Amino acid sequence: MVKHFEFDSIVVGGGGAGLRTSMQLAAAGERVAVISKVFPTRSHTVAAQGGIAAALANVSDDKWLWHMYDTIKGSDYLGDQDAIEHMCKNAAAAIYELEHMGMPFDRNTDGRIYQRPFGGMTKNFGESSISRTCAVADRTGHAMLHTLYQKNIELKTKFFIEWIGLDLIRDEDGDVLGLIALELQTGDLGIFHAKNTIFATGGAGRIFQASTNAFINTGDGLGMAARANISLEDMEFWQFHPTGILGAGVLVTEGVRGEGGYLINSNRERFMERYAPSAKDLASRDVVSRAITQEVIDGRGVGPNKDGVYLTLSHLGEELINEKLPGIREISIKFANVDPVKDPVPVVPTVHYMMGGIPTTLNGQVRDGVSQKEVNGFYAVGECACVSVHGANRLGSNSLLDLIVFGKAAGQHILDSSKNKKLKKLPKDVTKKTIDRLKKIDSKSSLENPREVGEELRATMQKHCGVFRFPQLLDEGLVKVNELKRRIRNLSIQDNSKVFNTARTEALELQNLIEVALATIASAKNREESRGAHSRADFPKRDDKSWLQHSLYNPKDGSLAYRPVKMKPLSVKSFPLKERVY
Amino acid sequence: MKISIYRFNPDTDKKPYNKVYDVKRTESDTMLLDLLIKIKATDDSLSMRMSCREGVCGSDAMNINGKNGLACVTKIDELKKPIVIRPVPGLPVIRDLVVDMKQFFKHYDSIDPYLKSKKKPPIKERLQSQEDRKKLDGLYECILCGACTTACPSFWWKPDKFVGPAGLLQAYRFLVDSRDDAREERLDNLDDPDRLYRCHNIMNCADVCPKGLSPSKAIAGIKKMQIATKKPKFKTIKKIFHVQESKK
Repeated sequence: MVKHFEFDSIVVGGGGAGLRTSMQLAAAGERVAVISKVFPTRSHTVAAQGGIAAALANVSDDKWLWHMYDTIKGSDYLGDQDAIEHMCKNAAAAIYELEHMGMPFDRNTDGRIYQRPFGGMTKNFGESSISRTCAVADRTGHAMLHTLYQKNIELKTKFFIEWIGLDLIRDEDGDVLGLIALELQTGDLGIFHAKNTIFATGGAGRIFQASTNAFINTGDGLGMAARANISLEDMEFWQFHPTGILGAGVLVTEGVRGEGGYLINSNRERFMERYAPSAKDLASRDVVSRAITQEVIDGRGVGPNKDGVYLTLSHLGEELINEKLPGIREISIKFANVDPVKDPVPVVPTVHYMMGGIPTTLNGQVRDGVSQKEVNGFYAVGECACVSVHGANRLGSNSLLDLIVFGKAAGQHILDSSKNKKLKKLPKDVTKKTIDRLKKIDSKSSLENPREVGEELRATMQKHCGVFRFPQLLDEGLVKVNELKRRIRNLSIQDNSKVFNTARTEALELQNLIEVALATIASAKNREESRGAHSRADFPKRDDKSWLQHSLYNPKDGSLAYRPVKMKPLSVKSFPLKERVY
Repeated sequence: MKISIYRFNPDTDKKPYNKVYDVKRTESDTMLLDLLIKIKATDDSLSMRMSCREGVCGSDAMNINGKNGLACVTKIDELKKPIVIRPVPGLPVIRDLVVDMKQFFKHYDSIDPYLKSKKKPPIKERLQSQEDRKKLDGLYECILCGACTTACPSFWWKPDKFVGPAGLLQAYRFLVDSRDDAREERLDNLDDPDRLYRCHNIMNCADVCPKGLSPSKAIAGIKKMQIATKKPKFKTIKKIFHVQESKK
């Protein structure tokens, strides 16, 4: 059965970015629906811990221009300076808005919002560390997501919960006219016909074996975009969070180091002093992750296989840990069998965040291909999008900010620009390709088991596209991932029932993951330099002459094109290129 | 290791049954969810919800050896064997361990779970003292997994009327927020023998909450407020007493 729905706008994804966009539209009385494959508060925004950055200056003097500089430097100069200015300039207002909605921020003694130091956040253009990250203990994402969902309840936003998006609807002109989705509870298909389709589908960290990401982070939006021949930008840049719990992969917030925790190796040495003499443990995440990996390579690792390091915070005292890092204590006890009040927590760099994504303008409009022309009716916001504010490396606590600033911008742009827009006619046989794909998964003609192929994909990405990248491994990896793509076309599940068939969901998710993995390894193989999170053993230096440009991966033929980085901000002077040291 | 799991697929099964799986546990399997994932790898028809695998998204609430909890933060070592898994009780089963949570969320929506303030907010943040902010601790952390509400006999009895521990915990979260000024309206909304007073302090909610929260305490707080800030409607009091008398 195929159900048919019509809306002004549909938002795909119920995390922070999606809910901020829908809020903007619902408040203006638009006919908007949010389509989410999980209940909105189960979205991965909920797992963000440490905080959300904005130069509120609640603890010490601060300026959005400093935040802008830190973000540009953090991005290793790959971030677009106009987008970064937009984000940092609008950060404070976005935080105040969340507070007004009821977000339960921690407070200073004067009653203002509490802020803590975070990696790469500095005062006066790199002088010293600054408290810029607004926090709700170590549950900031949870508090933000619930607040945004609550606001949407107040605004009576329409939700389609436990529907997974399968394919974009694009007509002959290349315009996007909506989405084909699958209702998990019934197994029915739905055509969501809309003037505007906003992707807020989140990340895809599940292409790697060791990941802080939830099981749902399978790059569904990127998969759909790729199948609709939309290029993906900067896909080689994946953030390895320095402190995932060794073995379990569960995230331990950078806020631990913000509050004064630090890393030690097997010699009990504070090794970050050697790698980042000034910022030490609060250097950018890419820098810290490489340092830890180097310590392990050099034989100074800890744990049964000597493949991690220790994060120590016991010196902070039980009281502070209980007040500011209660979730971390809970997680460490549960997943590492360690009470951080007494003992250090074994950690390892773990895949965490996708800097790349679907290319967009400052208003969230998707830019297509080499021409970078805007796609009519199509927007992307949040982790699935690449504006690009994070460039080659995201600063901690800039991602929650990205969600709400650009979620709002996209919503506002739709309100401003699509008043007189008419709903275009749907193309003929709009569901054909999707139904064929579903049928193939259900037909037991092929033998590829999604679990096995998925495991192979994750292991391949982990080995061939890690913290340090080697030319031979990249070459072999690309061949392997291409081979896996052929196999993934022939996935087959044993269970063909309709109601809440999670085997089918997982097969469909794997067909999205493979698009992301292929874009990642192809882009990584092509970029012959080291910048931010992309670290090539054979090209260890940043090469601004050849590579100060964004990658654009074309999913149609696997080719790569490039576009220059926007060095010109909106209103302030450009920040010139500099060597990046912490 | 043997695990018995409740199975029901409306497409193929006339009635539910328990299926016993024999699963080989390895060193890396620490949580119950690890085992369930392993089982699903051999039997892809087993259906359940899961996402963050660290106890913050609230997807994988289920009934484990008779007690509600999250599979992802339940240690295998701490469970009596053989492990018996069922869906959380009190809600309709969609399939296997997946229950229909519409009723649960309807109650959540009914308490108006958002800040209400008639005052125009300042340009910057509203100020809130650390003491006032502390009042929200133990309340805002709820992950809406439903473990508490579906463990509550009062909810089983009147699932369509009793708001349940999760909903009431959130009601209290807004009642004690110094920034909210709709206290009376909120109390009015709950001044009802079924919506609020169905709670008889059985405390299952606090016992099962995977985040260590106490809805029971919050509900007692709401009842206290009802009495302190405004007299509960006579009808309500009468009805409560009537219920208690008839029980004797």
